Amino acid sequence: MTMRSSRAALSVVFLGLLAGPAIYLRLSEAESTRTRSIDTAGHKDLLDRYGFVLNDETTAAGLDFLHQVPRIDQQLEHIEPQVAAMGAAVSVVDFDRDGWQDFYVTSSAPGSRNRLYQNQHDGTFVDVAAEVGLADLNQPGSGACMGSVWADLDNDGFEDVLVYKWGRSQLLRNNGGKSFEAVNQTSGLPDWSNVGAATLLDFDRDGLLDVFLAGYWPDEVKLEQLEHTRIMPESFEYAKNGGRKLLLRNRGDWRFEDVTQQVGINSTRWTLAVVAADFNGDAFPDLFLANDYGVSELFLNEGGAAFREVGKDAGIGYAPKSGMNAAVGDVLNQGRLAIYETNISEEGVLIQGNNLWFPSGKDDSLKFENLASVMGVEIGGWSFGAQFGDLNNDGFVDLYLTNGYVSGDPGTSYWYDFSEITGGHSKIISDAKNWPPMKGRSLSGHQQKHLWLNDGAGRFQDVASLVGVDDRYDGRAVALADLDNNGTLDVLVANQRGPLLLYRNRVATNRHWIDFELEGSNSNRSAIGAQVRVWWNGQQQLQELAAATGYAAQNQRRLHFGLGDQTEVDRVTIRWPSGTEQTIEHPTVDTVHKLEEPQ
Amino acid sequence: MSTPPSTEIPVTDVVVASEDLKSPSDCCKSSQADVGSYCTAESRGSNWKRLLSFENRYLAPILISSILLTGQLTFGILESWTRTFLAIGAAIACEIVLGRLMTGRLPHLASAYISGISVGILIRSPFFWPYALCATLSLMSKYVLRWHNRHLWNPSNFGVSAMLFLYPAAVASLSIQWGNFLWPMLVVWCLGSIIISRLKRFHICLTYVLSFVALSGVRSLITGTPFLASMSPLTGPMYQLFVFFMITDPKTTVSSKRGQCLVAFLVAVVEMLLRLSQVIHAPYYALFLVGPAAMAIEIALQQRRNASPEPVAVVPSPVAGD
Repeated sequence: MTMRSSRAALSVVFLGLLAGPAIYLRLSEAESTRTRSIDTAGHKDLLDRYGFVLNDETTAAGLDFLHQVPRIDQQLEHIEPQVAAMGAAVSVVDFDRDGWQDFYVTSSAPGSRNRLYQNQHDGTFVDVAAEVGLADLNQPGSGACMGSVWADLDNDGFEDVLVYKWGRSQLLRNNGGKSFEAVNQTSGLPDWSNVGAATLLDFDRDGLLDVFLAGYWPDEVKLEQLEHTRIMPESFEYAKNGGRKLLLRNRGDWRFEDVTQQVGINSTRWTLAVVAADFNGDAFPDLFLANDYGVSELFLNEGGAAFREVGKDAGIGYAPKSGMNAAVGDVLNQGRLAIYETNISEEGVLIQGNNLWFPSGKDDSLKFENLASVMGVEIGGWSFGAQFGDLNNDGFVDLYLTNGYVSGDPGTSYWYDFSEITGGHSKIISDAKNWPPMKGRSLSGHQQKHLWLNDGAGRFQDVASLVGVDDRYDGRAVALADLDNNGTLDVLVANQRGPLLLYRNRVATNRHWIDFELEGSNSNRSAIGAQVRVWWNGQQQLQELAAATGYAAQNQRRLHFGLGDQTEVDRVTIRWPSGTEQTIEHPTVDTVHKLEEPQ
Repeated sequence: MSTPPSTEIPVTDVVVASEDLKSPSDCCKSSQADVGSYCTAESRGSNWKRLLSFENRYLAPILISSILLTGQLTFGILESWTRTFLAIGAAIACEIVLGRLMTGRLPHLASAYISGISVGILIRSPFFWPYALCATLSLMSKYVLRWHNRHLWNPSNFGVSAMLFLYPAAVASLSIQWGNFLWPMLVVWCLGSIIISRLKRFHICLTYVLSFVALSGVRSLITGTPFLASMSPLTGPMYQLFVFFMITDPKTTVSSKRGQCLVAFLVAVVEMLLRLSQVIHAPYYALFLVGPAAMAIEIALQQRRNASPEPVAVVPSPVAGD
């Protein structure tokens, strides 16, 4: 072959490599879109194909809640949509113990009202927040509600609530499911703290649930009335100038003491989500923090006496991203909990990718490996809340993800300006006055949601648009609950500046399930921290009962396991928060089992 | 999160140049002023100067490896070691195959190593294939996109620009992964100063920086964006890499000092125009457009001079097959 012909051949190969894959990907995408439109048209087959279908029944259920955003200082008006970008939250709770799941949603504007939707047992809900004293928590000057966490803090059998805020958070005691009473004097809550996430856990296993608050903005910042504009993160991925963390130990009788320093928690990162779960199998709850503008943190609980940050050792503390979610699930039915953390992916600009922290350690070592790409759950837009749950009752937990940051004028984008400022020096990026005005433009807005079905073999398939999830709001919180007590998980989504959505779930009739409602005795009465393993058909699935999971959300306290077409469960093991182990042989399927902790 | 521009690994370009040289004596034959200046007796003086000269083919790989290690061990800038190794492996494999095919001999692999490592640093993707594809395209561009026996594009600038343009759903560029603090910039300044001082190319960096600052003011006036926001990218560590190394690439910059300053200014101008159109990867694309155009003009002028009665020295061609 002559040099000339070699060059010609090389040029052809070069052009092929340059354009070939791009053309192939474009054609594949077009084909995929075409196939989806055909699938959507063939609605009848969805139950057969995917095992479930979701219907938006928001209006039919009587839900008309619209989230209102926090008010911020005029000095931030030019970037208001991205600063006042949080506060839509939803938590599921059976506050009146009638056996039907209710839920609480927060608004954030001064004077706006939160709602407690009481289940009417007929598919509809009625707001009773004002009636029970949970509506008026955005009083002017008190800050903006960011979310709520529910559990029985005084072990009286009724779930109390922590409403956390960018401002003055509140603990409210549930008086027999009839009313709520603020606990102010002894709660130990700070007068002002910009809490981005919170949870309840019994870190010292004394049978009383403790309070963990994770700050987002620094404590001294009052967004409604700024003293200066140097309030932004000092770095887009390495910021440590966020809010402090606070661990309040429950001493009983509604008295709490600050033990944060004592137990060794000193992070000041910008936390947006926290989940408490036992990751190392010592029966003490650990804390995973999903931090915006930085790496995640994992605080290992050392016997209830101290916490040790082991993020780097465990493999999760290296790559800084924009952590916004923390949910746990046993994705391969191996009896081990993986953590799903959401981040930002914007085509052509920034592809952080979400993290699926899969436990990979051998023996006793605590190691996680990010398998989001391998399993197909990495790219989710500007991702926010996500939850694991078996939506089609096939025996494997699926993953529902909502997303979208700021939906501005259609066809506009703030991304160029955003990328320009965030690459600059910390002195520039940290001062809000340097940030380019948004002028109504979108920042990863109007995004398609994701619902990934788990095939159980290590791959997830996105079926959101196929099974009925077609909203494009700026999603924040997702909560899963069986709202109609029919053995299926329904989906609640709280949207920023948008409506609360209810997707009712209809599952194929040949799918079975088993549920558990736990009540502690030696443990905290809500049994927060309990681990339940269901063994069936040669496999097991582990679930841990956590208070807060996802982003600004809480699932139902009832643990739900899909079983596929299996009608028999071999056994169930429960490890109560106190450490007590219990085994139940051959429990009945398609039943909610109400279990009390053995004395 | 910015998406700022990227940078080519500085040293990369330098290496590409050095790759072409077969020996110090080859170097001295070069008519290219900058390269030739390293082959003087002065450059053969003390050992440390030899270490920092173009005669040391391992200087650039060492410097870029230092930058990579510093970035990874402190900030964790890489998507993963595996992906970076994939890019390096693909680049080296491509160089070996094409070198054999086009020249019949095994080329020195320092250049391919640098292109591979540059790709591994500069692109971000959750997938593996973009790293292999980008490294391959970068190397192939050096052999395919040639005119009068000289390649026109900086290899990794070509590869990265092509990937960002053709595969936006799968690829982004390195941006904020080095944080927003001063000390990473000091690292780049130190390493950059070593090589740039030896190359006597500070005038290129200075021209570009001054142009960028002035044109940021123009952009700020036009768009109403705060001046500090317009200038912000220049204050980030990634831009230091771009300024020190990418735009100073000896192999893909024109030879005269005045011409180099003009090209640096034009890169800043085109970048400003792209930024006014809100093109996020403006620096990559600006260099992609201006660099080869300038090279082509210089080659054309050189050809015209060669056609004239007066004899003119010819620049030796770096890459195999020349």
